[in-house]
Amino acid sequence: MIFMEEKISFIKDGLRLDGRRPDELRPIKIEVGVLARADGSCYVEMGKNRVIAAVYGPREVHPRHLQEVTRAIVRYRYNMASFSVEERRRPGPDRRSYELSKVGREALEPVILTSYYPRSVIDVFVEILQADAGTRTAGINAASVALADAGIPMRGLISSCAAGKVGGEIVLDPMKEEDNFGDADMPIAMTPSGEITLLQMDGGLTIDEFHEAMELAKSGCRQIYEVQRKVLIERYSQLEGERGEQAEVTACD
Amino acid sequence: MTSVISEIRKDYLYNLMLRGERGDGRSFDGYREISIQRGLIEKAEGSALVKLGKTQVLVGVKMQPGEPFADSPDRGVIITNAELVPLASPLFEPGPPNEVGIELARLVDRGVRESKSLDLKSLCIVPGEKVWIIFIDVHILDDCGNIMDASSIGAIAALLNTIVPAKKFGLGEDYPLEVKDVPIATTAMEFGGVILFDPDSDEEPIASTKMTVISTADGRICGMQKSGTGMLATDQVYRIVDIACERAREIREKFLEV
Repeated sequence: MIFMEEKISFIKDGLRLDGRRPDELRPIKIEVGVLARADGSCYVEMGKNRVIAAVYGPREVHPRHLQEVTRAIVRYRYNMASFSVEERRRPGPDRRSYELSKVGREALEPVILTSYYPRSVIDVFVEILQADAGTRTAGINAASVALADAGIPMRGLISSCAAGKVGGEIVLDPMKEEDNFGDADMPIAMTPSGEITLLQMDGGLTIDEFHEAMELAKSGCRQIYEVQRKVLIERYSQLEGERGEQAEVTACD
Repeated sequence: MTSVISEIRKDYLYNLMLRGERGDGRSFDGYREISIQRGLIEKAEGSALVKLGKTQVLVGVKMQPGEPFADSPDRGVIITNAELVPLASPLFEPGPPNEVGIELARLVDRGVRESKSLDLKSLCIVPGEKVWIIFIDVHILDDCGNIMDASSIGAIAALLNTIVPAKKFGLGEDYPLEVKDVPIATTAMEFGGVILFDPDSDEEPIASTKMTVISTADGRICGMQKSGTGMLATDQVYRIVDIACERAREIREKFLEV
């Protein structure tokens, strides 16, 4: 079933299988502060991807020998729920999850001011509840907002999305079908000022196609950044209001 | 203690770099000497010992018939593994592969797979029942830096001298494994705005960012990976990719012509 690439036409009349233009993201929804126990949390939907991220810390490092004298360490755990994909997957980490945990951590750590919290750990847990191509990028987007929600000092938010090549064309944010049958997939993550903190690619691209994919993926990241920023501002201006009301009540007493 | 040493080393290497130099006198985009010894392990279907400067990596290829994956019943299977055995570095510990080893194995795998250097359909014996399983096992012997590139070169070199052991399994005469492309990984590190290729074990610890680019014989990119906790500007990425493809071409022409 996976090898029927010739039969599918990915782009018809300039639109993709799901009606998107080549340079269009899937609908994105971000919610901040969705978990009560975590210090920071965030829920993200990108198309049919549903991911949730929680941040704990800065807190004491266990086991102790992992602690660093001059900075906080960052741990990032990417985990897929067994029901998140078509065929049930065995619970627990596989090699892919280890790799995605590593690159996820390395995508976020460049902006975290770890030197503010020596001898401590910032734990980031990302759970993939439903997967539909692009879970690592959705996870990083959620984790970035969750870090901000936890009040972790950062140089900026990290935004992440992929560009791919399907049916000879470079497209933004490939969905499952495009990822499975496409010719290349290239997830990136970047800072608001455009520095690259995640870059992976598999498939086949010429150098020119690579440049095109890079610019497209960056434009996707910029769009996602605006959403992340907006939801954080909304969330915290709301909290500001709550505190204001409380203050008034106290004044009346 | 190690952090004090690395601070001193960082200063030393940084000052060298300001003068346009590296510790061992190479240019910023120069590789250490490469040598490849093929067929060292007779028990393996294919093998290669790669030396990249003092770094040594041994790659063995084993093949055996087995069951295909359910979603690709008419295709052979590639399984890539990397062992960072404690003999290779004071920093390696015994035990199951850690994330560095897993990332390494997955990148080597990505190069072989995405370059389509192996025609998986030709490795089918009985559709849905029996296909060739190719195990690519990367054994790091001496980590003096950049085990990524050494492993990638080793994997494709070992595949290039792999003989399919058909006779052993009653499947006809042995024949050489067909290899259709020669993917080469080249790795650069960034430090203080400078890009260095093929970092050695003195340079590697001071890098916060590394980037590996895997390219094919026709100059296309078939895999990329940024690793490390730093970041790269877009034009740095573009520069790395350009040089990486060029270096890969040189290595391929010199050592691995099919």
